[in-house]
Amino acid sequence: MNLGTTDFRRIVAFGGVYNNYLALTALLREVSRLQPDAIFCLGDLGAFGPHPNRVYPLLIEGRVQVVQGNYDNSIGHDLQDCQCGYTDPRDNYFAQISYDYTLAHTSPEFKAYQRSLPRFIRFTAFGSRVLLCHGSPRRTNEFLWETTTPDHFLEKLFHEYAADVILATHTGLKWQRRLAGNKLFANVGVIGRPENDGHTNVWYSTVEFTPAVKVEYHPLAYDHLRLAREMAEEKLPPEFIDTVLTGWWTTCLEILPGKERSRGKF
Amino acid sequence: MPAAKVEFVQPLSAAPRVPLHQLDALWFQVGGTICNLWCTHCFISCSPKNHAFGFMSRRQVSEYLAESVRLGVKEYYFTGGEPFMNREMLGILRDTLALGPASVLSNGLLLSPQTARALQQLAADSPYTLELRISLDGFSAATNDPIRGSGTFRRALQGVANLVQAGFLPIITCMQSWPEHVHDQVLAGFREALAALGYTRPRLKILPQLRLGREAERDRGYTPVERVTPEMVEGYDTSLLLCSNSRIATDRGVFVCPILIEKPDAKLGDSLTEALRPFPLRHQACYTCYLSGAICSNYAPARDA
Repeated sequence: MNLGTTDFRRIVAFGGVYNNYLALTALLREVSRLQPDAIFCLGDLGAFGPHPNRVYPLLIEGRVQVVQGNYDNSIGHDLQDCQCGYTDPRDNYFAQISYDYTLAHTSPEFKAYQRSLPRFIRFTAFGSRVLLCHGSPRRTNEFLWETTTPDHFLEKLFHEYAADVILATHTGLKWQRRLAGNKLFANVGVIGRPENDGHTNVWYSTVEFTPAVKVEYHPLAYDHLRLAREMAEEKLPPEFIDTVLTGWWTTCLEILPGKERSRGKF
Repeated sequence: MPAAKVEFVQPLSAAPRVPLHQLDALWFQVGGTICNLWCTHCFISCSPKNHAFGFMSRRQVSEYLAESVRLGVKEYYFTGGEPFMNREMLGILRDTLALGPASVLSNGLLLSPQTARALQQLAADSPYTLELRISLDGFSAATNDPIRGSGTFRRALQGVANLVQAGFLPIITCMQSWPEHVHDQVLAGFREALAALGYTRPRLKILPQLRLGREAERDRGYTPVERVTPEMVEGYDTSLLLCSNSRIATDRGVFVCPILIEKPDAKLGDSLTEALRPFPLRHQACYTCYLSGAICSNYAPARDA
């Protein structure tokens, strides 16, 4: 999807809702104060949390424009798994539990919506060519971690995909890097689960395009105790609930590179 | 069907060809085929006496690194033989970590506390991850040493302990030589043995058997039907194969993958650019990759979404 030349001065961008409608509610409340020119979600609406359908009306009411993540592609097409890109048996075990739950609890209307989402959104803002994707421009479920993504690899992406700014998510960990030629790559973070740092808040981003492109990260508090309670009521794994309550990842750890893994507790 | 004594190599016309989608991973046979061990399952028969491939010099590696930057390579791997027998290894890693993430596949025997601390300093000086992958083949001397040599379990574990002490979370790599029904017990045994030396959140990577080199003698070679045919790749996601996204540089040119460096037709050129061409899956080891994905990488690639 190409929005063409825009007059966006500031946008809000976030990824990975992971069924966390309570964090999305808190975000939209905060957004009404920020008054951005547009709000973008970079995909993965489902997973992890409870009550997937509660996310849908919030996206519509909030006028959130959504890029299709691997999860959305799977749910939208009734696939057997989430295509998350995990390759370790334990990671896949927990990913499958949340996928089966989400698939079973997503309405046909919401599935159709997820099926219709674009893989990319492009626009130009104050001369910057902006590309929004889920994992990477070349692969929806590619993990671009801060410590395993070289500058020259990013430069190749900027060149091949004719972009000055690339915004992505998928890993669950925010980071950004500015390169020569005024290029900027940013992982915008996720609002669905905390960042494996021992804090219960989640993160979203604002991107300003004038006078220069600037990405800022913002912590977002939400009613995580209620989320944990509802997850327990829905009989979701205690390991997931621990993450909500402690801020430490307990599952899907094997895909983390050494440096990122070292920063966590498990 | 009896195991083959000699590997069956398909004629070129019958073998499906895999294009290189993108050179994401560049491997270095930095230790050549020279090793301080003589493991009974080594798929390229490395040993103290195997000089089929020699150590790569820091200069040779630097030249390939420079070429890799132009090609947008995403990650670097170092293997052998034993990489830390190469006296220039720390300098090579310093050069590499200035550009991107590096992983070293080692038997751990040369990882003294001093070397582990030097490696940690290299990692700390870089924005990129340095992974150390340590090979073990059992969670006890009784299960490991018959394959890797007498006393190697204790010495490798000491190397792991030194890495953990220095702040690393090494990836313990092991070829699955046990039957499937005891798999969980074996993994539990590994975790227990590693926890005993202070490694309480171990990362384990289990590899399938590659039935060539000494492993073909230790267990069995491939049977004639264990090969990849054109029909098998119809609808198959070839991005799962290492040869679709990787190449390996050696002191004797660039080859398609770490498994096949002893096969003359696996040499694709002297430069990376020359080696970007497709490769036919005509070797029987390709069958193992076909079944298991890119087994050599830290993380086997996921199916495309």
